[in-house]
Amino acid sequence: MKLTLRVWRQQNPETPGAMATYEVDNISADMSFLEMLDTLNEELTLAGDEPVAFDHDCREGICGACSLVINGDAHGPERTTTCQLHMRSFADGDTIDIEPWRASAFPVIKDLVVDRSSFDRIIQSGGYISAPTGTAPDAHATPVPKPDADFAFEHAECIGCGACVAACPNGSAMLFTSAKVNHLNVLPQGAPERETRSWTWWPRWTRRALAAAP
Amino acid sequence: MPDYTQYATGEPVVDTKAPEGPVNERWDTRRFQAKLVNPANRRKHTVIVVGTGLAGGAAGATLAEQGYHVVQFCFQDSPRRAHSVAAQGGINAAKNYRNDGDSIHRLFYDTVKGGDFRARESNVHRLAQISVEIIDQCVAQGVPFAREYGGLLDNRSFGGVQVSRTFYARGQTGQQLLLGAYQALSRQIASGGVELHARTEMLDLIVVDGKARGIVTRDLVTGKIDTYFADAVVLATGGYGNVFYLSTNAMNSNATAIWRAHRRGAYMANPCFTQIHPTCIPRTGDHQSKLTLMSESLRNDGRIWVPKAKGDDRPADKIPEDERDYYLERIYPAFGNLVPRDIASRAAKNVCDEGRGVGPGGQGVYLDFAEAIQRMGRKAVEAKYGNLFDMYQRITDEDPYTVPMRIYPAVHYTMGGLWVDYDLQTTIPGLFAIGEANFSDHGANRLGASALMQGLADGYFVLPSTINDYLARNPHTDTVDAAHPAVAEAVAETEDRINLLLSVDGDRTPDSFHREIGELMWEYCGMARTDDGLRKALARIPEIREEFWRRIKVPGTGEQFNQSLEKANRIVDYLELAELMCLDALHRAESCGGHFREESQTPDGEAERRDEEFSYAAAWEFTATGGAPVLHKEDLVFEYVHPTQRSYA
Repeated sequence: MKLTLRVWRQQNPETPGAMATYEVDNISADMSFLEMLDTLNEELTLAGDEPVAFDHDCREGICGACSLVINGDAHGPERTTTCQLHMRSFADGDTIDIEPWRASAFPVIKDLVVDRSSFDRIIQSGGYISAPTGTAPDAHATPVPKPDADFAFEHAECIGCGACVAACPNGSAMLFTSAKVNHLNVLPQGAPERETRSWTWWPRWTRRALAAAP
Repeated sequence: MPDYTQYATGEPVVDTKAPEGPVNERWDTRRFQAKLVNPANRRKHTVIVVGTGLAGGAAGATLAEQGYHVVQFCFQDSPRRAHSVAAQGGINAAKNYRNDGDSIHRLFYDTVKGGDFRARESNVHRLAQISVEIIDQCVAQGVPFAREYGGLLDNRSFGGVQVSRTFYARGQTGQQLLLGAYQALSRQIASGGVELHARTEMLDLIVVDGKARGIVTRDLVTGKIDTYFADAVVLATGGYGNVFYLSTNAMNSNATAIWRAHRRGAYMANPCFTQIHPTCIPRTGDHQSKLTLMSESLRNDGRIWVPKAKGDDRPADKIPEDERDYYLERIYPAFGNLVPRDIASRAAKNVCDEGRGVGPGGQGVYLDFAEAIQRMGRKAVEAKYGNLFDMYQRITDEDPYTVPMRIYPAVHYTMGGLWVDYDLQTTIPGLFAIGEANFSDHGANRLGASALMQGLADGYFVLPSTINDYLARNPHTDTVDAAHPAVAEAVAETEDRINLLLSVDGDRTPDSFHREIGELMWEYCGMARTDDGLRKALARIPEIREEFWRRIKVPGTGEQFNQSLEKANRIVDYLELAELMCLDALHRAESCGGHFREESQTPDGEAERRDEEFSYAAAWEFTATGGAPVLHKEDLVFEYVHPTQRSYA
């Protein structure tokens, strides 16, 4: 298929950016969205232009590096990460807008690459259980009810990509933060630091009710 | 320049750190013998850790907990994105929670046998011992492993073994373990014990007076070249599978840190031992940038088959049961679909070479869940493998609940790496290598769910015990002078290489060279290797290298965020590493583990190991780019697990 791409280009944090328009041809429906951008970048490189910078790494939907706003939606039209989005979600002749995460907490580094170190600082401020290496009792010393373990897992799955911040009209990181708080606070291992990890914590009955919900 | 294949054989390399005595006492003995650093003195020691995956993250956190000053680096924007995050299946531990006859000795035995008798017994036994502590540690950190209704941990079984000893967190075990290590590391960053430099790539090692004393880095945002100094340097930079271009590695995983260390004097061991994973999603076309793994755990319930007839292009559901060949169950009735990875991969290649492959280009085999869905019900299959099925459907647009998955082998893991002794120290004093970056524990083939175990064992438990000994015996009172000739040389070489890459201004992109070297390696140094093919590759690689420096095109400058420059700089190292991998494969004229030499097979086509000639680890010493390296052999002694020809029939 043939597509028109409108891509945010910004040389560095200090220089203002703008949308630039590119045409790409011979795009296969089996390509991932990032492979489509690879194709564009190969052409740009050969033409002597700088390729479009974008963060990406595992391309399996788990590392959380990829971070594009596509046609106004964080990660684009499907409920998945950008790297797992395939061109079959688009039609021949489409015009696609590609922008970086839009949030003041994530300043642009270059083109589509943003600085997400604010997420690391959130984890550093209490998103852990203090369990120095070598201090652990046997893993079976504390059984964890399966619903609690599953609840913890479902919140621990967050890949830290920042899409929740990019999608939030207020640019808030509450989803990211609460996912970590829920993961750690529901586990017995996280209990001793529960009060200091977060100032307010759902009463236990709320959590139980949620865990029991279908 | 002399012929690259005319390598010299130097003095044997000896592991002087592994203690004598019964194998199950060696780790305790070594820990007792190792000198300690007084807690009050530890903050005066700086340790550089490069990489923040399972091994690096665990090591950085643990060293800082002990009181050392840790300076840590990752090229990703956050330590949480290291590629350990993508490991799916699980982590082994000899807990024997299933009461199914497992023990430390059995895990040790399985790992030595699985590695096809090319790993060091003392290291593997230590790994099995420590496996038990890892699970305890991770649970204490809040890693949400799968549990049963009684609240206890669940286990599954994995390829190549007959007990259930694998702990898992749905299909995201690597992610959860990495987040545990990342959170422990974050705690140390907050307390000032770890100084983290993200988006910073190591480009060279600084060796002063024969000891590793620092690294040269490039800030990937500003392009600034910097130096950092320390009392010891730990490389936890992962494997080199990306030399094949298409692999299950992350796009940015690379070999630069270990290759630069190799060029500075660290021996590289068994570089030809690469693992081809049997269950990956087949490629769809030339645009393919990477391959996606489907966890091996799928082989627990999925059945692998191809049509009995060549060129049968009917859809899977139109092929009747008696016209299907469940070839693994047929050839290996005891292990069936759970044979080790190398065997499953080669068998898939064989049936595809026979013309019985399925899907585009006939490069695929079916992994069928119809029987499992009938037996367990769709809901149970969903609970066990839901996220993997979803991922498969997103990529292929096919529903694996109704149409069998198509899978094909892909490069996944590299058992080779920097040579290390029992203390995980390389041949450069003060330079340590942990996790996939070293070569030590998996021999010629890694068993499923063992990589996470080894990464965490090295990071949480082994290195933090052994590095004390080095630091105590080498109290560097002097700080390295930035004007020291060794520092100036390393910086100048780094800057020269970058300037050269930018100045060629040729007509080929970095990716085009990466793809070319990758295809060459897959063809000649992939699943099956021949003397003839490897010689062809060895003749071709210097030509590609020459062309690279004539035709590479890197747009932009060095003083900015420049992903083309990052790539090109990594390809420079692949073009040298590839040559050593081919030479190592050529010299090892036997089949063992992940290395299958067509000239060395039994009459019925199984791999034939040749212990009399090759029961050693091959550690290579660098001489010059394109110059023949020197081979140092470390003889392997098997006192507890006696080498037998591996049989899974």
